Amino acid sequence: MKEIMVILVSAILVDNFVLSKFLGICPFLGVSKKLDSAVGMSLAVIFVMALATAVTWPIYDSVLVPNGLEYLNTIVFILVIAALVQLVEIVLKKYVPALHRSLGVYLPLITTNCAVLGVTLLNIEEGYNLAHSLINSVGAGVGFLLAMVLFAGVRSRMESAKITKSFDGIPITLIAASIVSLAFMGFSGVVEGIFKV
Amino acid sequence: MDKKRSKFSILTAGLIKENPVLVLLLGTCPTLAVTTMAINGLGMGMAAMVVLVCSNIVISLLKNIIPDKVRIPCYIVIIAGFVTIVQLVVKAYFPAIDKALGIFLPLIVVNCIILGRAEMFANKNSVVDSALDGVGMGLGFTFALLVMGGIRELIGSGSIFGIVITANVIDPMIIFLLAPGGFFVFGLVIALVNRVTSGKAVKRKTMGCEGCPSAAACGQAQKGEA
Repeated sequence: MKEIMVILVSAILVDNFVLSKFLGICPFLGVSKKLDSAVGMSLAVIFVMALATAVTWPIYDSVLVPNGLEYLNTIVFILVIAALVQLVEIVLKKYVPALHRSLGVYLPLITTNCAVLGVTLLNIEEGYNLAHSLINSVGAGVGFLLAMVLFAGVRSRMESAKITKSFDGIPITLIAASIVSLAFMGFSGVVEGIFKV
Repeated sequence: MDKKRSKFSILTAGLIKENPVLVLLLGTCPTLAVTTMAINGLGMGMAAMVVLVCSNIVISLLKNIIPDKVRIPCYIVIIAGFVTIVQLVVKAYFPAIDKALGIFLPLIVVNCIILGRAEMFANKNSVVDSALDGVGMGLGFTFALLVMGGIRELIGSGSIFGIVITANVIDPMIIFLLAPGGFFVFGLVIALVNRVTSGKAVKRKTMGCEGCPSAAACGQAQKGEA
């Protein structure tokens, strides 16, 4: 149980995917303008991350490793994720149209999101077992959600600010991201402090 | 793309005018993550350039064979194949770079620059032009990473390429090596480029971002709409 909490808290706060690992920066900068789209995108990311891990980990463990094909993991994982996202979209469209309406637009974009491929590769690199990998993936997704929601708030304040022309748009957004990420650095050491590991 | 463009202009476009990172804002994740040292930026840039040139050549060769409907998965397979090759080569011959780049080496697969160039340039142009475009864009990417890495290494550890410069004079500011410093330096560099080009840089539309599968999730496509 303690181990699970350690992985979860690390993934959400300490090693936040966006703010300290620099994964998924594109959607972080692109979709964080409005709160509802930020939440929709993040929920889709959590969902796909968990699903991708649930599929890629067993494939790695039971197909690639026994055949000595570990080096093919990048190519296999990206194909599996691309196919999976397509499949999920079709299934959702057919059976859960309401969910498809709210998450559907974000699904195709996630295929080329480095956070999803990143989490599946990191799980393998860290040597997590299936359960720990799933927890890590969900934690990473929740961390992404947290960063997106917080940052959407920061950006809505920036809309009304008067910004120098050269800094308008992406540059000031990056400076703001820098400050938010500075705040997240305050979490370093939290895991060791709480769980005494 | 203009058919009459000279070979030289194709090569140099990516370097400054259409710099993929500083002007088009593609591939931001590796730009922020690996640029704690100039040498890492250089390594990442070279690795991406090799993949970019090879995938551009192959995609340009296969442009009449790949069916239009499944082109994106085909491109991804081709790109992933080259990334795996580069990964193995780097691991074998440059273990230090491999360690520094870590997860971002396999993540070249999902770097928007490479897929973007495949979609926008390689599947419309000749093999030679595509190769030149790959070299140009790759150099532009490397240049941007080198600038970022140089600035962060100089301020964050007082050296460039491991050669001590200011570390004995001024205490290095470690924060520039950490995540906040990455965002901060990148913001400043882009602001500087905005200032220098003063809005004259290419519009995102010409990059054809709307054709990209990740267009709606990606910062620059949205900015192009606004």
